[in-house]
Amino acid sequence: MLDNLSEKELDALKEIGNIGAGNAATALYQILGMKIDMTVPRASIIPLQEVPEVLGGPDVLVIGVYLRVLGDASGSILFVMPKDSAFYLVDLLMGKPAGDTQVLGEIEESALKEIGNIISGAYLNALSQFTNISFIPSVPALAFDMAGAILDVILAELGQLGDYALLVETQFLGGGDGGSITGQYFLIPDPDSLGTILEAIGVKSK
Amino acid sequence: MSGNLIKVGMADLNAAKSPASLITYGLGSCVGVTLYDERVKVGGLAHIMLPDSKAAKEVGNPAKFADTAIPILIEKMEKLGASKGRMVAKIAGGAQMFSFSKQDPKKSIGQRNAEAVREKLKEEGIPIVVDETGGNFGRTIILHTDTGILEIKTIGHGVKEL
Repeated sequence: MLDNLSEKELDALKEIGNIGAGNAATALYQILGMKIDMTVPRASIIPLQEVPEVLGGPDVLVIGVYLRVLGDASGSILFVMPKDSAFYLVDLLMGKPAGDTQVLGEIEESALKEIGNIISGAYLNALSQFTNISFIPSVPALAFDMAGAILDVILAELGQLGDYALLVETQFLGGGDGGSITGQYFLIPDPDSLGTILEAIGVKSK
Repeated sequence: MSGNLIKVGMADLNAAKSPASLITYGLGSCVGVTLYDERVKVGGLAHIMLPDSKAAKEVGNPAKFADTAIPILIEKMEKLGASKGRMVAKIAGGAQMFSFSKQDPKKSIGQRNAEAVREKLKEEGIPIVVDETGGNFGRTIILHTDTGILEIKTIGHGVKEL
């Protein structure tokens, strides 16, 4: 199902990612007071087994914030960062000096989940307006572990329908006094909601 | 514990003879099934993603599912001289990495994977001697075919040799 998407359809999904990412970057700027650049998204279809490589390999240690997307077109959102970036984000959000956050406790976890919430809300809102599809984010969940382990839940969901994943990926880049932020933000539509999205933006013939 | 290290990816499987070791990285809800025949020092490892191929809309790669991967793994080991009657199993993984609500009545995919693996091994008549499943953390596992020892590495939950 996924492996026969056309170039035009992939471009349309990239455009959707772009609209969402633009809105998410604005939201981040408003809460952090710092400009965060988001790259033009990539939309790619890759074999499930190769997805961990996109995060640097299955054993790389990362912090992942995961949300399920419900509504007319279901899917997953995963926001992944290295530990240092996540700690710096917590410093920024809580108005602490850079380098202050050193452990991932309950407060830090909820700060990161909140950031996941805010950017996903902004991202999905833009998508909803553009497509007229309602996207409803679940509450976020967080894990600090190996990239492969973090991806499992999402990949298992996709694995029931095929051997490929469609990733709409945006990279985050920002920094200021004493810290920098890098992160990857993924929208991973469920295969059976792809048709709904493509139809809504008029690139799929019915 | 020398010999080369053979990597087994997600939804993949492989078998090897001593002194090689088999490794798979970052098991979350996936279950790593290792089988070992001590007499001939042949081991096998499968990185299983889903419980049941019959529930899938599209089967695709059979190494993805507990019910289809385990028979293929056994066969691969038999080609290297192992015998099913002598095999023992050690399994790890099947964690729940994210929990949205504590009272979710539905079984997690990790739990369902572990249950399906246990059931299939029982059906094949292979005893499980180590069962390190569950929890909420990832695991990297290495099966050393010279000793049959399973090494389990985690982030913040220690290293075990079983």
